[in-house]
Amino acid sequence: MSTSTDYEYKPQTSTGRIANFVDTRVGMSPIVKEFGRKIFPDHWSFMFGEVALYTFVILLLSGTFLALWFDPSMASMEYEGSYVPMQGVEMSAAYVSSLDISFDIRGGLFLRQLHHWSALVFAASVSVHMLRVFFTGAFRRPRELNWLVGVGLFLLAIVAGFTGYSLPDDVLSGNGLRIADAILKAIPIVGAYLSMFLFGGEFPGHDIIPRLYIIHVLLIPAAILGLIVVHLFMVVVHKHTQFPGPGRTENNVVGFPVGPVYAAKAGGFFFIVFGIMALLAATTTINAIWNYGPYDPSPVQAGSQPDWYMGFTDGAVRLMPGNWPFSWEWTFWGMSIPFNVLLPMVPIMILFALMAAWPWLERWVTKDDREHHLLDRPRNAPFRTAMGVAGVVFYTVMLVSASGDLIATHFHVSLNDVIYWLRTAYFVGPILGFIITRRICLALQRKDREIVLHGRETGRVQQLPHGEFIEVHEPIDEYKRYRLVAFPDYQVQPAEPNGKGKITGLEKARGRISRWFFEDRVAPVTPAELEAAHHHHEAVTAGTQDKELVR
Amino acid sequence: MGSHSDGTPHQSGTVATTGTTEMERFPDPGLPPHRPRLTDVESKAAKRAERQVSLLFLISILGSVMFFVGYFGVRVEGPLYDVTNPTATDALRLQNLLLGLGIALAMFGIGIGVVHWARTLMPDHELVESRHAVRTEEQRADAQSILTTVYDESGIKRRPLLRNTLIGAAVVAPLPFIGLLKDLGPTNLDPLKETLWDEGVRLVRDPSGTPIKASDVTLGSTFHVVPENLNELSHHEGYLDEKAKAVVLLMRLDPESVNVSPDRADWNVDGIFAYSKVCTHVGCPVALYEQQTHHLLCPCHQSTFDLTNECEVIFGPAARPLPQLPITVDADGYLVARSDFHEPVGPTYSQRGTHVEEMQGEAN
Repeated sequence: MSTSTDYEYKPQTSTGRIANFVDTRVGMSPIVKEFGRKIFPDHWSFMFGEVALYTFVILLLSGTFLALWFDPSMASMEYEGSYVPMQGVEMSAAYVSSLDISFDIRGGLFLRQLHHWSALVFAASVSVHMLRVFFTGAFRRPRELNWLVGVGLFLLAIVAGFTGYSLPDDVLSGNGLRIADAILKAIPIVGAYLSMFLFGGEFPGHDIIPRLYIIHVLLIPAAILGLIVVHLFMVVVHKHTQFPGPGRTENNVVGFPVGPVYAAKAGGFFFIVFGIMALLAATTTINAIWNYGPYDPSPVQAGSQPDWYMGFTDGAVRLMPGNWPFSWEWTFWGMSIPFNVLLPMVPIMILFALMAAWPWLERWVTKDDREHHLLDRPRNAPFRTAMGVAGVVFYTVMLVSASGDLIATHFHVSLNDVIYWLRTAYFVGPILGFIITRRICLALQRKDREIVLHGRETGRVQQLPHGEFIEVHEPIDEYKRYRLVAFPDYQVQPAEPNGKGKITGLEKARGRISRWFFEDRVAPVTPAELEAAHHHHEAVTAGTQDKELVR
Repeated sequence: MGSHSDGTPHQSGTVATTGTTEMERFPDPGLPPHRPRLTDVESKAAKRAERQVSLLFLISILGSVMFFVGYFGVRVEGPLYDVTNPTATDALRLQNLLLGLGIALAMFGIGIGVVHWARTLMPDHELVESRHAVRTEEQRADAQSILTTVYDESGIKRRPLLRNTLIGAAVVAPLPFIGLLKDLGPTNLDPLKETLWDEGVRLVRDPSGTPIKASDVTLGSTFHVVPENLNELSHHEGYLDEKAKAVVLLMRLDPESVNVSPDRADWNVDGIFAYSKVCTHVGCPVALYEQQTHHLLCPCHQSTFDLTNECEVIFGPAARPLPQLPITVDADGYLVARSDFHEPVGPTYSQRGTHVEEMQGEAN
């Protein structure tokens, strides 16, 4: 039995004929119907994810060009290219080809710098995008799994960066690998074997660069690309979140259609991001490998530090005292465990685990299992914002510690003092960050209440007939007001008995955390409160006898 | 599309939380009225925007032309970074600038042009689309019945033998591929104990390879040292692997100011000390010698070692002193090693403790 082709539409133009040909073979119409006018909400903070996507595309493009000339080999040879200071020096083919790309291939230096700058901005935009998602509560149901995909992408971005940084085989990249080797060796029992496996023998060996190369150009990009596909697929399934505001509800999406407005803005933005990366690559030297020389285990520059996205790990190992108050290297029955190397990694792992688990932790504490498509303004979720800032402070202290030596030399202070202060900040900073942020959020919420209740301060001062000076407050319109009052009002959820009538220890802990998070809260203004506030105003303008009320 | 509402609020209980009912909240006023842009009401402004956008596209074309001007117009010939002849270096810099700026302009022209087009000339009415449930109950029931059918038809439940043997095979089948990884590297850790240093091996300067007389080492000077036999190795024979373990720092200290433990009494030559340059923390070269304080500082993580106290750690993340290389003078007056190190150099690994015991057993 054959299916009859009952397509009756006869296109008139040649474009129409091509489109119809494709459509009748693969069915493009449903896709156009689904996506052609799909609505995307607009907000400046939604841009960071786009920057991450676009810099990744630039990385794929520039990386492919670099791979045309880069030789991932540790075979030794003499440099004969046109860079005079290195002529006649023995070095690996990888370093030779990196120098050739920089000096003997037209535009090669531009491509290398474009690739490196894009990698730095990629890691940065992924991080900032994650912070945006966290601080606006976009990870809540139904988007928890997409948050996990995002955590995976963040980790992959770091691995992608580190493997790429290690490829040119210059002194700095070799020292980075040396540190990676030592951290691997520190792993109890299997560490030394893992190191032997990774390097194909003792450090540095002749295998590490070809191995990192295939990881860097195939495995990691494929994994990132796969996760990006999943990430965007879920964005389509869930539809984008939006900030609360007039006309914006949990059941709709308000914004611009893909065709033409959103496609034009987002597509145009790709070219703008590319332009910025090209401008950086054209004007600002990055990773000047020719200054460092080929990898040699003996020399290293003072002030060496990794690319920024690795900085937090480097800073963490710098902060750990190795010999205070006692030696942190312990040997039991012939087995040596360097806790001075291993211990700083533990809080980092806890930080990442907390980050990944946060959607579930928050749901557990708030008992809020509803779908959320409306975002929170960070101030309206003081507990979450404060926890996020605590995490950011912790990360930043580690990142800053990676530049402890440069801080000491640039500001002419004692290196030891810098580290002592940073060690203190490592413990105290997150706590202060939490407290201060929560207070700021609550204060901003109170300010919002003030504006809703008493209107906008106009800056106009009037003298009343009886001589008093007042500043005129202007009521805000209902659209602006709705922005300030439409937010979920989380409250303390005390511990409750379970089905058997027993309050478990875990539930008690949950109750305590809930109290800690939500005891101090500012509720949104209700219509009744606004009504009452208006009466006050009338009283004020009516006569002096009531003015105490406003004070 | 097709499912657009008019933007008025739906009956939604989703925003409300415990203790707050709809009655106590402000009603959603709906989308604010649309405000026309200048380009919507004035055809002159729209024309101007159109001209601006096409000008930006023309700038993009100019940028691409600029790239080719840089690519073919600038000649980079001759030695680069040659102090006596900067012509080629300057040309390279100019070329990089023209190529990069050209591409940047080409991209900016398109990007800013299209965004400006969207913002001024395309409609800026916000549209509203409804959200749908991620999953409806009907879909769930259908999917469940399909899965039940698949499960039943496969017979996996009725024939547990099939299931169990399949699980067994699936667990075992990947093992060969894990086994294949075994030859990634050797499993013998003994090389971690050994360096090229041995009794009578001369200390030579890195990189010149010239031997060092005790009298060459003046108070306050420091030498970056490798074993003489290192230079006999080619890069293919593991020159870097050996160098990574054998690098040594050599300096003379005032014997009066140094504490020397009794078992190391003959490891120095009149106050000339040799220490491994590989940091015991994570293996960076401990390259900085602070002459006044007699401290060695690792540039990577700032571990600080006290030379006057057998390189004890006085600051930073390292936990162990740098291993000392026992040295003496040969018949010709050159500095030579008395033996290999008495402990593995560099960062810690689990088997190090055992290795130290073995090595010290051999040394005694």
